[in-house]
Amino acid sequence: MSYYYTRDHEWISVNGTSHDTIATVGITDYAQAQLGDIVFVEAPPKGTKLSKGGECAVVESVKAASDIYAPVTGEVVEPNRALEGEPALVNSSPEDDGWFFKMTLADSTELEGLMNAAEYKAYVASL
Amino acid sequence: MSINASGWKPNIGDGQGDHERPSFTGNRALMLEEPLIFEIGDTERTGVDLADAPAANAVDRLGALLRSAPIGLPGLTEPETVRHYTRLSRQNYAIDLGLFPLGSCTMKHNPRLNEKMARLPGFADLHPLTPIEQCQGALALIHLVGEWLKALTNMPAIAMSPKAGAHGELCGLLAIRAAHEARERAGGAARRTVLVPESAHGTNPATAAFCGYAVESIPATGDGRVDLAALKAKLGPDIAAVMITNPNTCGLFERDMIAIADAVHAAGAYLYCDGANFNAIVGRVRPGDLGIDAMHINLHKTFSTPHGGGGPGAGPVVFSQALAPFAPLPFVEKQGDRFVLVEEETAQAEHHGDAFGRMVAFHGQMGMFVRAAAYMLSHGADGLRQVAEDAVLAANYVLRSLEDVLEAPFAASGPCMHEALFSDEGLADGFSTLDIAKALIDEGFHPMTMYFPLVVHGAMLIEPTETESRATLDQFIGALRSVAERGKAGDPTLQQAPIHAPRRRLDETLAARKPVLVWREQPDAAVAAE
Repeated sequence: MSYYYTRDHEWISVNGTSHDTIATVGITDYAQAQLGDIVFVEAPPKGTKLSKGGECAVVESVKAASDIYAPVTGEVVEPNRALEGEPALVNSSPEDDGWFFKMTLADSTELEGLMNAAEYKAYVASL
Repeated sequence: MSINASGWKPNIGDGQGDHERPSFTGNRALMLEEPLIFEIGDTERTGVDLADAPAANAVDRLGALLRSAPIGLPGLTEPETVRHYTRLSRQNYAIDLGLFPLGSCTMKHNPRLNEKMARLPGFADLHPLTPIEQCQGALALIHLVGEWLKALTNMPAIAMSPKAGAHGELCGLLAIRAAHEARERAGGAARRTVLVPESAHGTNPATAAFCGYAVESIPATGDGRVDLAALKAKLGPDIAAVMITNPNTCGLFERDMIAIADAVHAAGAYLYCDGANFNAIVGRVRPGDLGIDAMHINLHKTFSTPHGGGGPGAGPVVFSQALAPFAPLPFVEKQGDRFVLVEEETAQAEHHGDAFGRMVAFHGQMGMFVRAAAYMLSHGADGLRQVAEDAVLAANYVLRSLEDVLEAPFAASGPCMHEALFSDEGLADGFSTLDIAKALIDEGFHPMTMYFPLVVHGAMLIEPTETESRATLDQFIGALRSVAERGKAGDPTLQQAPIHAPRRRLDETLAARKPVLVWREQPDAAVAAE
């Protein structure tokens, strides 16, 4: 499983890059720490067509409501239903149980423009 | 001889009484515990004496809508009701109780003269459908306020009807959209995007989106102002308008406003200005001179009409020559000695056929117009100029008095305008702006605006306004300094604040995750009542 990161603090994990690969998307540990206690997540319903960089979900914390941007182009195959009743999963397990949705990859080369874990760590350190 | 037969022998004590012992009632002297109204009233009592309803007749007329079971509304006597709300009001904070430092809100004193004028029956009891000939005085007053606002902004047209700031934004953007649609009918290309700076009021992008535009943001420079180069780079044939708040939400004057206006106009777009912060420049700067096409003015901020729970807002919008034909109906016009209302029936004849429509059914907030007129006339032109000067002076006094203890991110950008902005940098680990705000409650002040603007981490935005005396400002500064020093030193009691308020710190996360929005009778309470 490989993780990629955006400058807007979303992560996307993929297992291989074949055309039927399903990717998982969420927000990073850094993002959840900055947002504070998450109180609501609006994940896109199944079948939503996403284009890279477009708004795809909303996350609300006590402090603010923030848009989540699609890290790549594709289609939502499954939103994380567990977040509806327990948005705190994003705080406790941002890069695992607190995933937002799973999506198809329309163009796996889009992943190449994203950061790997080491690059993202350096990016966060520079903020 | 009789020695103290009354038995009254006060023990003065050492003044260090036991503060922790709870009273029998839970009350703390004048701070009274007040249950919900549903918990004090019961359905067996009523404060009024109504005749029994003619039941048979009611069934006939209500049909299936007839209620089948009691709905459990509490019954209270008049003194119980009066006491309930009076007790609740004592737990509230208001501008009549003390400094209200909410940045971006301009919580200034509401002069009692305004209130007296607004209650004159000729204004207060006027029906909106009163024949024009019978309400000439009211129309004269609306016209007077409009003329003052046009003079203060050097803008040729005004819409008085918008009911608050965001409603005014909508009015301005609708006029801009109407102007673009007129161009499109003449063969121009459609424009679909509105540019909004990062430091804008949250209502700005919402307004643009509500008008059907896509919104793109313009970054700020390091000194907290709009990045002119970035703005120019984004301008193009698709941009319908640029919305700028000036003075901006960092409390800074946008110095490049004329260059921004020139660039916006050269690109065929219009410049909207959010005038919420007009208090800092009223009488000193005329927005029309800066090239602005439309701007709303919050009467409830700059012109002292009550807000924040105290009354409705009012957000008149001034327009440039380019947008004037599209301004909404109705508006008051003076024809000789007479005031007329230009409405749909007369708009064409008055050469106002391009008006985009109406914002409201009638004329706007008449009571606010009266209050604003009283404020304008009692201050005069020189008085309004001094309002801006004193508001800016007070904000700079706060900024410079506290910049040694709180991080002021734009302190080096020069003087601030109407509000002082601080960040949470320098607070001890685990301490936040929220702790500072909560501790200010213990000090007897309403907290400042916090976590806004978003461009500053842990923002604390303080707008003292021209209302406050030097003594009040010094007390507030002393309180905030003390709280900030505790935050920097990592005093753990700060995280417990407020300690002296009617309620301690509330669990905002739990309230958001598991909100209880409807009161329901607790089963055990019902059993106990029986």
